[in-house]
Amino acid sequence: MQTVDDAAAQIEFDRRIADEQKIEPTDWMPDAYRKNLIRQMSQHAHSEVIGMQPEGNWITRAPSLRRKAVLLSKVQDEAGHGLYLYSATESLGITRSELIEALQTGVAKYASIFNYPTLTWADVGAIGWLVDGAAIVNQISLQRTSYGPYSRAMIRICKEESFHQRQGYEIMYELAHGSPEQKAMAQDAMNRNWWPALMMFGPHDSDSAHSGKSMQWKIKRQSNDYLRQKFIDQTVPQIEVLGLEMPDPEIKWNEELGQYDSGEINWEEFYQVINGSGPCNYQRLKHHKKAHQDGEWVREAVRAYSEKQQAKKEQKSA
Amino acid sequence: MNKNSENLYRFLVGLADDSVVLSHRLSEWCSNGPYLEEDIALSNIALDYIGRARMFYQYAVEIEGKGRTEDDIAYHRNEREFTNTLIHELPINDFAFTMVRQYFVDVFYCEYLQQLTQSSDSQVAAIAAKALKESRYHLKRSEPWIKQLSEGTEESKHRVQLALDELENFVGEMFLMEDWEKELVEQGIAVDREALQADWDKQVQEFLAESEMKFPDSQLQIRGGRNGIHTEHLGHMLSEMQYLQRVHPGLKW
Ligand SMILES: [Fe+2]
Ligand SMILES: [Fe+2]
Ligand SMILES: [Fe+2]
Repeated sequence: MQTVDDAAAQIEFDRRIADEQKIEPTDWMPDAYRKNLIRQMSQHAHSEVIGMQPEGNWITRAPSLRRKAVLLSKVQDEAGHGLYLYSATESLGITRSELIEALQTGVAKYASIFNYPTLTWADVGAIGWLVDGAAIVNQISLQRTSYGPYSRAMIRICKEESFHQRQGYEIMYELAHGSPEQKAMAQDAMNRNWWPALMMFGPHDSDSAHSGKSMQWKIKRQSNDYLRQKFIDQTVPQIEVLGLEMPDPEIKWNEELGQYDSGEINWEEFYQVINGSGPCNYQRLKHHKKAHQDGEWVREAVRAYSEKQQAKKEQKSA
Repeated sequence: MNKNSENLYRFLVGLADDSVVLSHRLSEWCSNGPYLEEDIALSNIALDYIGRARMFYQYAVEIEGKGRTEDDIAYHRNEREFTNTLIHELPINDFAFTMVRQYFVDVFYCEYLQQLTQSSDSQVAAIAAKALKESRYHLKRSEPWIKQLSEGTEESKHRVQLALDELENFVGEMFLMEDWEKELVEQGIAVDREALQADWDKQVQEFLAESEMKFPDSQLQIRGGRNGIHTEHLGHMLSEMQYLQRVHPGLKW
């Protein structure tokens, strides 16, 4: 039921959104705005964390000490991104353990791209280059999101993302200019990751379930299709520099529109993977649950220790 | 290489092997820790050790003077050629084991590196100075972990005790001196490890006693790492770590 107070608050909220002012945790906000944010921000946080797995798959097999150090610090950054985003989401009145529970029970989603396997070392390059590249396009746009803590998290995260993309591109560049096997490895990884990277921007604007409200509330600032096109336009010239064949034969410069034309995404695959039938959906959640369960005794010990310390303190002061 | 350079080379590669093998183990925690914060912290420590390994290898190949690279040394030697002491290569087991091992080596390195900063070899001294800062920071994390786990629940206490019992066997080797290392001590380049053992025992025993944990001493010694006699675990680690370099030799990555 909406009270008179709520109605006044709603007017103030709408005015601030219209004026491009940030909404802060203590401000009044419509329930649906809060829910929508929790959904989007937690999905983003979970993506950072689940995304550690496919790249983590190569940390112990990285081909040089330098590559290993770079990859490990990249994956470590992603864990850090997960942390900022969890705490930014917590500012909406939900706890990290509730968020993790939602992830593990499949209520919350994470980026579908991480349900594909990293089969070769070139996948590590392709992920940094394409997946972080796509994430940057999205996240730059989200720096202007209307919720203050989310916007600030994006600004902070974007600073690190360009290093992620660079290290990925550097791996691809080295492979694309290496032996025939290395070049084939790079081509294959790009071909496999290209489409899932395009899918990261979500369904077409016309089919996007959450887009309308999100745009109205300025949680989302630019449409899925607009951002996807931006990504294609910036990435195609990079493929040319690598000297690899285009992953999509329909990619062609469109003089009239001043952008690249490209082929249609396989949306059936998109929905299949979102709904759990990607090659690694099961593995990713299983891994996450196992690490969580294996760590339970540690978290219990930490709780027990701090309770004991607390009790000691109280005894002293009594 | 003359005798002196040979000794120095051996010394540097041994220290680098210690670091590279431990960093590998620590990196295995990434995405597997009990907290996201711990994934980050253990990765950080792993990164410090990779950095250390690289500095020691780079200096080693410079001394060797054959134009080899750090990766030639790290990725193209087999189990018998690796010379790390064994404590560094043991699998991560559970979090208690990983933290007890870390605590043991942290206490060791804080003392060892402190002395190594006095090395007459300025490059060795410089690496030691950098690494010492890191190890002091690592110890600030491993100590409270051992305390919390030792005084947490029955289960955590039990797990710490199991780790102590197993790791006890691998501590003594950190204090063993090979003949070539003794020669380096005489030249003022290396540190006398043996002389550090009594203090190590005392510090660790006193610290563990605060939490009523038992740790007899470090006298039981499983040895062999410096001479390429390892646990069976190392071979599996190297097969994983060296996989790409072995399948595609001679390429750049
Ligand atoms: Fe990230
Ligand atoms: Fe991200
Ligand atoms: Fe990233």
